[in-house]
Amino acid sequence: MSIFIKTLRRGLKMALRNPSSFLNPLLFFVIAISLFPIAISPESHTLSNMAPGIIWVTAMLSVLLSLNALFHYDYDNGVLEQMIISHHPLPLILLAKTTAHWILTGLPIILLSPLLGMALFLDSKNIYILILTLFLATPCLSLIGAIGASLIVGIKNSGMLLSLLILPLYIPILIFGTSAVSQSQFNLPIDGQLYFLGSVLILSLITSPFVSALALRISLE
Amino acid sequence: MSKLIINDLSCQRGYNQLFTDLSFELHAGEVLRISGANGSGKTSLLKMIAGLNSPESGSISYNENDIKTYQYQLDTFYLGHLPALSPELSCIENLEYLTQLNNQESKSNLDGALSKVGLNNYKNELVGTLSAGQKRRVALSALFISHSKLWLLDEPFTALDSDGIEIIENQIKKHCNEDGLCILTTHQDCKIENLRELSL
Repeated sequence: MSIFIKTLRRGLKMALRNPSSFLNPLLFFVIAISLFPIAISPESHTLSNMAPGIIWVTAMLSVLLSLNALFHYDYDNGVLEQMIISHHPLPLILLAKTTAHWILTGLPIILLSPLLGMALFLDSKNIYILILTLFLATPCLSLIGAIGASLIVGIKNSGMLLSLLILPLYIPILIFGTSAVSQSQFNLPIDGQLYFLGSVLILSLITSPFVSALALRISLE
Repeated sequence: MSKLIINDLSCQRGYNQLFTDLSFELHAGEVLRISGANGSGKTSLLKMIAGLNSPESGSISYNENDIKTYQYQLDTFYLGHLPALSPELSCIENLEYLTQLNNQESKSNLDGALSKVGLNNYKNELVGTLSAGQKRRVALSALFISHSKLWLLDEPFTALDSDGIEIIENQIKKHCNEDGLCILTTHQDCKIENLRELSL
């Protein structure tokens, strides 16, 4: 377990000393959302109807923006090789790296979403649902993204390839995340969507570190 | 006594056959230098022995066991072309993580290791601010606290000055005198006695 804590702490420390690595996707998240009222309509009814989709799509894209860096720097400086040949379980090390990624991208998105929800005229009940769905789904985005990032780790300029690999896997999460908030706006039950997101979280938490570890070994061969 | 056996190893990269039917044994206390032209497969061979790459054919065994074991991973220290250091972290933080990935060490030993490579005054400096030679010294300082029996060093003397090379050569000699094994690749002359040579 100590290697998990050490890797997590290392990831956070490195990011805090190079803040652009996690601030750029967050800035994109805030700026993109704040442009929608200007581009579409400042009218509250229109914006509140579109708010779940706007917040969810930008959250997903900002996570996608940050994924390229997940293993890239460690690959470039040789640390990834050391992680692979270490006697510690590679999935545990990768889980720690993915947790650091979520803390630096997913968690700030969750913390910023009430403010941006209010800016898009979401009421407090729906903001609560938005936070809940993001809380269930953003770890999935990091975990599933880690699989894609590990597959393309040795390929130069692979941002577009990563998007093509990962976006189809993100679509079900996007559909269930947005529909949960949208249905809540019409006072419809959202249990199904929450159960789905919870199941995807558990499934990706169990499988993603192992699949990422396998993909990394293959990529570095 | 530790023993590494390479048996009929072949390696292909793309359409190039780098080497075929390569066999040798390395016993405790021996240092093997792998030499060869650029692209002859020195790094690929080291990576295979480290367990990073799989051979096309042949086998690698350590103490008559397969190398895909927990004990082999504990017994092996591999340092590749890249120094395995993060520029955002200090020398001591990098060394601490590197040794954590290999074998756990106390903080005082880390300080001692950096002193031995002449970088005690730089321990809290970010690695990104160091020269290439100093980065190499930080990475190689892990040798002074390694418990691993088998050292696999890919171009360890690159970017090092003559003092640095001597420090590392002495550490390799000391390791082998204590029944360790070492395989290294280098294009430079080595002042290590009883050095075995393998040309690819």
